[in-house]
Amino acid sequence: MTDKFDYDLLIIGSGPGGYVAAIRAAQLGLKTGCIESRDTLGGTCLNVGCIPSKAMLHASELYHEAHSGALEKFGVKLTGAKLDLKQMLAEKLKAVSELTGGIEMLFKKNKVDWIKGHGAFEDAHTVKVGDKSYTAKNVMIATGSSVTPLPGVEIDNSKHVVVDSTGALELPKVPGHMVVIGGGVIGLELGSVWLRLGAKVTVVEYLDQILPGMDGSIRKDAARMFKKQGFDIKTGTKVTGCTVKGKKATLTMEPAKGGDSETMEADVVLVAIGRKPNIDGLALENSGVKTNERGQIEVGHDFQTDVPGVYAIGDVTPGPMLAHKAEDEGIAAAEFVAGQQGIINHDLIPGVVYTHPEIASIGKTEEEVKESGTEYKVGKFVFAANSRAKTNRDTEGYVKVIADAKTDRVLGCHIISSLAGTMIAQVTQAMEFGATSEDIAYTCHAHPTHSEAIKEAAMAVQGKPIHM
Amino acid sequence: MAIEVKVPVLGESITEATLGEWLKQPGDAVAVDEPIASLETDKVALEVPAPQAGVLGAHQVEVGDTVEVGAVIATIEAGSGAASAAKSAPAPEKAAAKSDETDASITLSPSVRRLVLEHGVDPSQITGTGKDGRLTKADVEQYVKSGAQNSQQAPLAEKGGATGAQTPPAPSSAGNRNEERVRMTRLRQTVARRLKEAQDTAALLTTFNDVDMTAVIETRSKYKDLFAKKHGVKLGFMGFFVKAACMALKDVPSVNAQIDGEEIVYHDYADISVAVSAPTGLVVPVIRNAETMSFADVENTIGDFGKRAKDGTLTMADMKGGTFTISNGGVFGSLMSTPIINPPQSAVLGLHRIDQRPVVMPDGSIEARPMMYLALSYDHRLIDGREAVTFLVRIKEAIEDPARLLIDL
Repeated sequence: MTDKFDYDLLIIGSGPGGYVAAIRAAQLGLKTGCIESRDTLGGTCLNVGCIPSKAMLHASELYHEAHSGALEKFGVKLTGAKLDLKQMLAEKLKAVSELTGGIEMLFKKNKVDWIKGHGAFEDAHTVKVGDKSYTAKNVMIATGSSVTPLPGVEIDNSKHVVVDSTGALELPKVPGHMVVIGGGVIGLELGSVWLRLGAKVTVVEYLDQILPGMDGSIRKDAARMFKKQGFDIKTGTKVTGCTVKGKKATLTMEPAKGGDSETMEADVVLVAIGRKPNIDGLALENSGVKTNERGQIEVGHDFQTDVPGVYAIGDVTPGPMLAHKAEDEGIAAAEFVAGQQGIINHDLIPGVVYTHPEIASIGKTEEEVKESGTEYKVGKFVFAANSRAKTNRDTEGYVKVIADAKTDRVLGCHIISSLAGTMIAQVTQAMEFGATSEDIAYTCHAHPTHSEAIKEAAMAVQGKPIHM
Repeated sequence: MAIEVKVPVLGESITEATLGEWLKQPGDAVAVDEPIASLETDKVALEVPAPQAGVLGAHQVEVGDTVEVGAVIATIEAGSGAASAAKSAPAPEKAAAKSDETDASITLSPSVRRLVLEHGVDPSQITGTGKDGRLTKADVEQYVKSGAQNSQQAPLAEKGGATGAQTPPAPSSAGNRNEERVRMTRLRQTVARRLKEAQDTAALLTTFNDVDMTAVIETRSKYKDLFAKKHGVKLGFMGFFVKAACMALKDVPSVNAQIDGEEIVYHDYADISVAVSAPTGLVVPVIRNAETMSFADVENTIGDFGKRAKDGTLTMADMKGGTFTISNGGVFGSLMSTPIINPPQSAVLGLHRIDQRPVVMPDGSIEARPMMYLALSYDHRLIDGREAVTFLVRIKEAIEDPARLLIDL
């Protein structure tokens, strides 16, 4: 297959989409190369995204439990629990380097060539890295995304004052006041980290509610819980400017609907208003691939762009910017390149916010179902009635199951719970099989577990939960 | 503004159809009410008209796809045809791609979905052994292995090599030997399923009798011109048999009844299903309240059904229900048959060809008489042998002496 090309498949980017595609392609017998400009593999997710943020979320939660006296009611008395931020950051880096090293090993094992440097198209089948050109029968763009800049707010991670998510993962000290611009997943997660470590955290959101795109009641109840934890949440507010003087920033903001502007001082400003596809420097024009008005690369069902032999997956394509979406697209795209049938169901991509409690979501929100005109039923079950959650003194949140009123098919599920991110997989799998709420209700769940709340919520769809 | 073209309401209890044919292509200009696609349901083919004039957008389903009532099959962009025709041309590929991913009508688990796409098979053709009849991976593998795919799979099978071996090697022969694989239409599938259901469910049994048609033939030839003149329709045999059946059904109500769960439903009316030839196969419209009709009404109704079957304008409503069926295999030359009942009905009367046969008359002489065999297939769960035989004898008597119809004997 590689007669006149260096590679069967050359992937630009080694994030969760790119590296997974590379390994699957190699498994399928394709000669595969993967271009990465970072010093380590894994892209944003492993280096400065999902993985380090979860490391910090976990560590900061442990600190908070030890420090806040939350363990005392369990008979665990701790005095003098102290924060060693340097150690916390070091442990995070260790987790990151173990995981990125793991990919390097997997590349070696599967004989994927790691080509170090920045890739730029020369034509649809040639990519230049440094001063060397590589040819490939198929090229896959998996360059991911980066932080969307906010006009008037200049990010400089090295100064540790106005930072993006990358900068917020390596602050050398706990800020007195952190202002998070953007009440989405990233802002709330990283805000949680520093809140637990002792910062006062203000979240400024342009829209009326935090967590845009998620189920309405979940958004409302999550906001209530975050406020209880100490978050100051200013919704319907627009940041219009930011000046930095030394180690302090002054933000100007005004109501989104218009009105008097106000200023706010901050030690750290985290810009987390969204992410945009990474297209710059790719010399996409040489490949013939075009982007849409949002700067995304449109692809067909086989992830091929309008240019035959050029594929794109993950954050550079339309859809939610999620590592697991990119991974599954990577596998499917690699299978298509290898002449097989790839498969991914874009209607069932779970979304998780790794705060405490976690917020997880699959399928349609109640608002989406309502808008579609489908008659539906909602079953809700609170963790205050779940025995395990009660035992653990961990009763915040609930499970909400939305099912078609006629067919009983589950249309969506939304969970707030300390274990929501893990629990949502069950519902996702059930929905992949077209399950009805009754299917879930008649599936045996181990007792006592948080997962029983899913079963009870499914029973509640028919109006008959046992424990409520 | 793009208007969605949806699958129209197909009739009571009909929730889905198969897209039979696209009559308009993406980019085609369409006039309001112009048919853009044809759908096949269990019993009828019908066309989907354009809800407004404009340019047809991408086909959102493919030929052979199952579509539910209310599902969007295409969109129409209001405006002049030529201008946007070119623009919408590349669209179909993308739309087809999307339908690859999720088929709203049938839920397939991921591994099954992958296998179905890989082999290009139609999941609605495969029998599922999973929970609630869902398809398992093994079901699809078995189906593919058994070579039950339709003809469009031919290229795939060649590529696969291994799948090519699914048909046993043909014995050598000098002649040209071709096979053609044609997908069963939805109508055929339904017929197949229902017939098999009937056989699997009912305790089917057939009783026979013969009938001397002399009297009916005489009456017919005597009055056919007058009848045609007055009622504008030919006096056929069906009028006699429908009326005779109505009388017999009244006398033996169980033949006109049906089983529903653990109950028997008796009808005080006779809705007679009559088999009518249509280009797409046999259809079975229903003569409602046949017991109240005159000969002319019956003949008119049947004539109308025949015409509409040819035009394809019979609706689902025309074919729903029915408490008893008369099937006339005689028109094709059948001597004798054992018809299968049309569930949930409990009995079917089979008519056959009329032959001159030697008959020993009451006085011992032998005469050539126009004779017909009658067959009554019935569900023995509900109808006793005595009742079935009585019913058939009642028909025989009425046909041999039509005056009985007049005086209800």
